Amino acid sequence: MIDDLDRALIVATQDGLPLVARPYHALAGQLGWSAEEVMRRLQKLLDTGIIRRIGAVPNHYAIGWTANGMTVWDVPDERVDALGAQVGGLEFVTHCYRRPRALPAWPYNLFAMVHGNSREEVRAKAEVIAHLLGENCRANDVLFSTRILKKSGLRI
Amino acid sequence: MPELDAVDRQIIDQWQGGFPICASPYAEVAGQLGIVEDDLLQRLERLLADKVLTRFGPMYQIERMGGAFVLAAIAVPEARYEAVTAQVNALPQVAHNYRREHALNMWFVLATETPGGIAEAIARIESDTGLPVHAFPKEREYFVEMKLAVRQ
Repeated sequence: MIDDLDRALIVATQDGLPLVARPYHALAGQLGWSAEEVMRRLQKLLDTGIIRRIGAVPNHYAIGWTANGMTVWDVPDERVDALGAQVGGLEFVTHCYRRPRALPAWPYNLFAMVHGNSREEVRAKAEVIAHLLGENCRANDVLFSTRILKKSGLRI
Repeated sequence: MPELDAVDRQIIDQWQGGFPICASPYAEVAGQLGIVEDDLLQRLERLLADKVLTRFGPMYQIERMGGAFVLAAIAVPEARYEAVTAQVNALPQVAHNYRREHALNMWFVLATETPGGIAEAIARIESDTGLPVHAFPKEREYFVEMKLAVRQ
C-alpha cells in the first residue's frame, strides 16, 4: 500500500522523469523534499513491485512491431491454468491471461498478446499456440489492432 | 519508422528497465553506452518527440497499490466511431485504447485507484455512449513482460 507522499511521487513521475542531469533532485525541488527522500521512496516502490521497472517505454509500432494481435482461445476451464502457463512460457508471448467468457458472443477464456512486423508473422505465431493447445482449442480468433486510440498509461 | 542509429537502438533495447536511482543517473547510463550525458539527454528528448518512446520513467502497477486494471470492449457502430472514441478517451481512467478488427471493435484498459472505480468508469462510459461495455477482468496472469527490441 502507498501513503500520501508515495502518491505525490507517483503523480510527479507518471508522465516520465525530468530530462535533466539530476532528475531526482529536480523532483525533490518540485515536491519540497530532499533528493534522498525521493530516491529512498522510489527504491521502496521498486522493491515492492509498485514500480515494475524504470526506463524507456517504446511505442512498439515505431520500433517496427507493426502487427499486434490479441489471440484468444476457448479452452476447457479445468485445463486453462496448465495451458495458460505453457502459452505464457512461449518466448514470443508478451502477455497471457485467463479472463471470463461473455457468452454467447465471446466464448474465449485465454488471451495471449503476440507481436510481429507483419500479420503473417503474427498468424504463424498463433499457429504455434494452436499446435500447443491441440484438441483443447475449441475456438480461437486473432484480433489485430488497426489504430492506437490512446496510450497514456496509468494516470492517478 | 523514424531513423534510429545504433546508439538509439541500444538505448531502447537495453534500457527498458534498470535505470539507476542515484544522483546522476543519466551520466551513469551514458557512461555504459559510451556517450556523454548531454548526448543521451538529447537522444531521449528526440525519441520522445518522435514518439519512438511514449515515456521515459517508472512504469507503475496499479494493482500493487490496491487499485484495479481491467480490459473492456465495446461494439461501436462505425458511423459513431470517432465520437465514441472521444467519449471513452475523455476518461482519465482509460489508460490505453485500441481499435481492433472484430465486432467488438474498441478495446481499452481501465486503471483505477480502487476496485470500485472500475464499475464507476464502466457506468459512466455506458451512460455517455449508450453502448454496453463488456468487461474482461483478468482472473489469472500467466505471463507479462512487454520488452520488445527494435526490429532490424
